Amino acid sequence: MGERLRPGGGPGARVELSGWGWQHSGRDTHALRGVDLTIEPGERVLLLGASGAGKSTLLHSLAGLTGPDSAISGDQEGTLLVDGEPADRRRGLVGLVSQDPETQLVMARAGDDVAFGLENLGVEPGLIWPRVDAALAEVGFPYGRRHSTGALSGGEKQRLVIAGALAVRPRLLLLDEPTANLDPDGAALVRGVLQRLLAETEATLVLVEHRVADVVDLVDRVVVLEPGGGVIADGAPGAVFAEHGPSLAAQGVWIPGQEPEPDVAPGAGGAPLLEAVGVAARTPVELGTRAAAPRTVLSGVDLPVAAGTATALTGPNGAGKSTLLMMLAGLSRPHRGEVLPRGPLAEADRRPLRRWPARRLARHVGTVFQHAEDQFVTPTVRDELLFAPLRAGMERAAADAWVDELLERLRLTRLADVHPYTLSGGEKRRLSVATALSSGPAHAPDVLALDEPTFGQDTRTWTELVELLGALRAEGRAVVMATHDELLLRHLTDTRVRVADGGVDAAVGSWGGAGRDGGSA
Amino acid sequence: MTLDVPDGGGARYWMTGLNPAAKLLAALILALGLVPAVDAVTGGVVLAAVLLSVPFSGIDRRTLLVLGGPFLLMGLSSGLVNYLYGEHGLEGAVGAAVRLLAIALPGLLAAASSDPTEMSDGLVQKLRVPERPAMGVLAALRLIPLLAHQWRTISLARRARGLEAGRNPFRVVPLFFGRLFALLVRSIRTGTLLATAMDARAFGTGPRSRARTSHWRRADTALLATVVALLVAAYAVSWRLGALVLLFS
Repeated sequence: MGERLRPGGGPGARVELSGWGWQHSGRDTHALRGVDLTIEPGERVLLLGASGAGKSTLLHSLAGLTGPDSAISGDQEGTLLVDGEPADRRRGLVGLVSQDPETQLVMARAGDDVAFGLENLGVEPGLIWPRVDAALAEVGFPYGRRHSTGALSGGEKQRLVIAGALAVRPRLLLLDEPTANLDPDGAALVRGVLQRLLAETEATLVLVEHRVADVVDLVDRVVVLEPGGGVIADGAPGAVFAEHGPSLAAQGVWIPGQEPEPDVAPGAGGAPLLEAVGVAARTPVELGTRAAAPRTVLSGVDLPVAAGTATALTGPNGAGKSTLLMMLAGLSRPHRGEVLPRGPLAEADRRPLRRWPARRLARHVGTVFQHAEDQFVTPTVRDELLFAPLRAGMERAAADAWVDELLERLRLTRLADVHPYTLSGGEKRRLSVATALSSGPAHAPDVLALDEPTFGQDTRTWTELVELLGALRAEGRAVVMATHDELLLRHLTDTRVRVADGGVDAAVGSWGGAGRDGGSA
Repeated sequence: MTLDVPDGGGARYWMTGLNPAAKLLAALILALGLVPAVDAVTGGVVLAAVLLSVPFSGIDRRTLLVLGGPFLLMGLSSGLVNYLYGEHGLEGAVGAAVRLLAIALPGLLAAASSDPTEMSDGLVQKLRVPERPAMGVLAALRLIPLLAHQWRTISLARRARGLEAGRNPFRVVPLFFGRLFALLVRSIRTGTLLATAMDARAFGTGPRSRARTSHWRRADTALLATVVALLVAAYAVSWRLGALVLLFS
């Protein structure tokens, strides 16, 4: 069966779609319909569209993952051909790189993981290792074949994923937001690899990327998809952005030069509400035989959080941003030191935050998690928001009125009876913020802690979030967030805290205020 | 379980150099071989011999305690129960405890002294275990640290929503199942993503080739022979001492 893998290299693959459509099983509407698109060998195409436009679905279909007996089930119409063959017959010959490296690595050792695809294609054992070594060299992988995949950073993992895709010498390379889950350093690392790679390979490239500005110089063609429809714009990047930029931006797509301009109320400022005193944190005890012993990630952290201000925790992944955030929110216990309430918060309870009973904590400190689903505890959106007020003893009528107001404010009214898990990414984010707000006594808790609140959001949800957080700050509440988002830092930050090398480095800067200093076209 | 793979860590200890398939087979032979004998001497001889091999397994003390602790506890409690309620008094109780440990320890050593990847290679190539499930288990092992992380996050998220058992024991159970359900939803999503990534890399499109070869050496055959000899010796010693008690006698 060695013939399954054709000789590598050579020109890129040709992609032809005509009248193509896809409907996921169990859905009433098509993810895509009536797509007519031809991609010539060697072209580099950026796919754009509002969220829900079926960009990822199209990539999965090109990778041969949709079809009668494939991983993703549903109904297909029209034709989708890669080099004149239905894509699902070429599964594994196409390189696919998705968002999260964590769920793409299969094996425990780096070399074995790169070899995985070659083994699946039945490549002769003698030919596997030279190809693995070549692929690892191509992405500049800094370790040997035997290096543990568990011990890599996010950016290194994603480079390994790319090496695994390159090892099969694909003539069609599909990239689905390959830098979305990485910190800025990791993203830069991966972009560097892609840049070098694209200069050398003749493979056809189809790319999906949220932050268009980062990749626009990697592509020579932009194709815009419409939710449930087909191609609505197609051409050179400059021409497409000139003609369709404003309408795309209005649909929530991030377009270079069309960044959102949120209307952020100025911060009120105030006295500290809580303060970290000499806080140290260690990594949790890990399961298993070869687990690393717990190590200290933070030590001697002193940090006050003041009312009416926005504090941003930045720094590389793994440096302890989220750990610090969880301790400031009173959720996890510092290894040493304490997070103490100050001012009005100390009147509610003088003990360190981690000793507060959960109900009292929820009334005064709201937390929004990166994965919104983690914090959902009831079967409908309305119950989710009623949960905290009713437990706090609010009367049913008053709670209903308050929940209606929250639903209205976060554009969730029409989804009130839906199960939280079935919401879209942006809707889940809005609901998770609403649940954190719902628990406060005077229509919001005193402190709001958010972990990567803007991650993966389109410009509409992004703008709403930033404006809402700005309004809360103006009401005198403290906002603390762990984030990589430069635009968020620019529009809504009074204190920027860099978490790195076991400590923090706080700078009170001019990022905050009205946020009108931000540059735009 | 983090699958950290030290360079060249495979050959420093006698046991880590053996084929995992051979180790697993040896453990299986000992376990099945000890089923008929319920006395303390037969199990004791085997347990003593296996304990003597522990220093050559390359397993550090912490790991041994973490993994062996539950079995030790199980052995002791089964001994205690047999002593209090059994019909054979102290001798029967010691026999039950020793037998359990002698059956469990070899399997534990085989698993803990083997690299998971080599174990799967050995099982597939030497013991003809079907490849798809073996690869699936291997991929799932990689997700265990991720799962542990998700469990911790979910626990924090419950506290953030004001859900905590506090000192009320009746709240612990429903809260635990709530968290378990949330973890299930997350892990299904994670598993689906991983399965999609594996499919995209041609997993299951046809017969696979093998990048790594699992070697069966003379030492592996010798291990199996030694294990059989050990069983025979244990039964012989026990019989000569007049201590041998068989399960159905």
